[in-house]
Amino acid sequence: MDQLLPLAVVVPLLVAAAISALTPLLRRRRRILDSTAIVTSAVVAGMLAVIMIRVAHQDQTYWFAGFRPHHGIAIGIDFETGPLSAGLACLAAVLVTAGMIFSWRYFERVATYYHVLMLTFLAGMTGFCLTGDIFDMFVWFELMGVSAYALTAYRPEERGSIQGALNFAITNSIGAYLTLSGIAIVYGRTGALNMAQIGQDIARHRPDGLVVVAFVLIITGWLIKSAIVPFHFWLADAHAVAPTPVCVLFSGVMVELGLYAVARVYWSMFGQALTGQTLTGQTLGNRDTISHAFLALGLVTTIVGALFCFRERHIKRLLAFSTISHAGMFLTGLALLTPLGLAGAAVSVVGHALVKAALFLCTGIVLHRLGSVNETWLHGRGRRLRATGVVFTLAAFGLADLPPFATYLGKGWIEDTSSARGMTWVIALLVVASVIVGAAVLRVAGGVFYGLGDPPSEDPQMAQESSEETSETDEGKQRTPLTMIIPPAVLVTAAAVIGLLPRLGSVVEAAAVRFQDQRAYNATVLHGARVAHVTAPYPAEPAGVTVTDLVIGLGTAAGAVFLAFLALYWRRLPVLRRGFEPGTGLVRPLRRFQSGVVNDYVTWIVIGVACLGGALAFSIHG
Amino acid sequence: MHIFPFVVVVYILAVGLYGIVTSRHLVHQIMCLIVVQSSTYVLLLGIGYKTGAVAPYFYDIPVHTPAVDPVVQALALTDVVVEAAVTALLLAFAIQAHKRFGTLDPQELVQLKG
Repeated sequence: MDQLLPLAVVVPLLVAAAISALTPLLRRRRRILDSTAIVTSAVVAGMLAVIMIRVAHQDQTYWFAGFRPHHGIAIGIDFETGPLSAGLACLAAVLVTAGMIFSWRYFERVATYYHVLMLTFLAGMTGFCLTGDIFDMFVWFELMGVSAYALTAYRPEERGSIQGALNFAITNSIGAYLTLSGIAIVYGRTGALNMAQIGQDIARHRPDGLVVVAFVLIITGWLIKSAIVPFHFWLADAHAVAPTPVCVLFSGVMVELGLYAVARVYWSMFGQALTGQTLTGQTLGNRDTISHAFLALGLVTTIVGALFCFRERHIKRLLAFSTISHAGMFLTGLALLTPLGLAGAAVSVVGHALVKAALFLCTGIVLHRLGSVNETWLHGRGRRLRATGVVFTLAAFGLADLPPFATYLGKGWIEDTSSARGMTWVIALLVVASVIVGAAVLRVAGGVFYGLGDPPSEDPQMAQESSEETSETDEGKQRTPLTMIIPPAVLVTAAAVIGLLPRLGSVVEAAAVRFQDQRAYNATVLHGARVAHVTAPYPAEPAGVTVTDLVIGLGTAAGAVFLAFLALYWRRLPVLRRGFEPGTGLVRPLRRFQSGVVNDYVTWIVIGVACLGGALAFSIHG
Repeated sequence: MHIFPFVVVVYILAVGLYGIVTSRHLVHQIMCLIVVQSSTYVLLLGIGYKTGAVAPYFYDIPVHTPAVDPVVQALALTDVVVEAAVTALLLAFAIQAHKRFGTLDPQELVQLKG
């Protein structure tokens, strides 16, 4: 019954094709279109949930057209899925469903190509998660990219939309081409495109500089997608202008898919060669140097994202910067290279996706009812939106790691494993970033929905940017439609429920161990073997709810509340001089980099690739 | 395997990236993106090339005749298809920018920054 694997991609693609073929018939029948898209994405989510349960104990491989490996050599193209990849694809489908339900009343008029693009986007994301072939991964990456670029420019009548879409498309395309160059080099070296085959071949031979170059080129594309500093610039431009249901997908899963790909490529192709576990006994680098290079990337990203987030007044851009900060945190979890770190990152991704989707959808409701996303203008104006306010505030607490939201659990595990590896300073940085991000979002919640504190001072440039954001929806709606408030409410509840699931830790960690075991992966794919005992390269620590996790989660949330109140009420403090704006001195130098011009972003990409390559080469030979 | 094709690859890549970074015109910038992508074609074909080998059509030649690698050619073709889609979309954005805002300068399109 592994036909389900390809069906999860084929169904949305076929429905998308059918919708575009029937455009003349469907143009006037909007409800048929909307329901088709909702049902399709819900069905895909269901299929992926079934797949996820089926692969809980054994990965599944599907060979297209029955071209199975011949004496351990892959000759066909496969879908290979374990619980983590199926879970991520399922999350994508759930968010597409939520976004489509939200769109039911959100758009006044909607073109048929919106539904088509959403479904091809879903197919791209699903295929990207499920595939076991590195070149296919590039193709799915481009399919998802092209759909996403077009969705970003859904309202081309605005300057910002075109700017955001162009920046997004050009930076991500360059990333894709660098990835393709890396794939070509790997193919030249190993003669294979199947990830298991490549991994086996690289591990059997003496690794050298070419392997490092290929690794850096391949992951550059994925890191651009996942908005890791210094590749992150496009994200805020694209998020601020994309329609709200699309932002949900961008922040919730698309960015995380980039990190999934880094993990997939590392643990199925390069891990053994780069961390010195080749069968020949020769080593290139060791665990610590690789780990430190990626920890640096992750931690810089999480701090930079948090600082930009806090100073932002355009709510969608604020949420976009918070996504950058969280992407850095997920990369930190992966960079620790332990099963618990990966499990923590996986649970954080789910928790973050659910609460971030809820936050974006609530922002969409605010835009729908009040016609603005400018925090300054909105101050106190959201009091009437009681239900939206409650959901937004709950989701903001979820983002600030309040137990029992799944976010606290995932981050707790990342912190546990970093303290087990003797890196307690990682915990400090992660907590600081979480407090800043949580405080920024709680400040929005308190100011907009409850009118707390004083309105933040007007930044003329920000005000102009925010006031542009009006034409997405009609102004002055008197009621919030149920189809708009139910999806975020359900998503927030789901984030809390996942955090309370019993045995979540052991299940996710077992999946993480399997994900990291390159030999088991090779045996499953190339020999169709059932692997009874998987062993990760580094021992698994017990995952569970510890007192430390709870204390850190509660402490982070309390710190975020404190900082949010400080941001709202600081003008009334007697100790500060008049006209003082906190944080401006800190952020102004950083702000100059976010110039909005794609030329600068590409310069940063080139610098980033050079630095990443240099750092890895140095850590391996130094 | 000759080193020459790979020198060409690096050159094309560098020229394309330089063009994107310095461009003040969207259409020119998009063309430079195509140049960047062209480097991947040369790289793919360079990797599959064998001196003295024939094209991989085994219709009227013996099965064991040395032939160039057909896989990279398939990859390059897929790459061309991807490029067509991306370029068409980007040029559509450029047309929108020109129609609605009367400019093709990426710096004049900036609305959001900081």
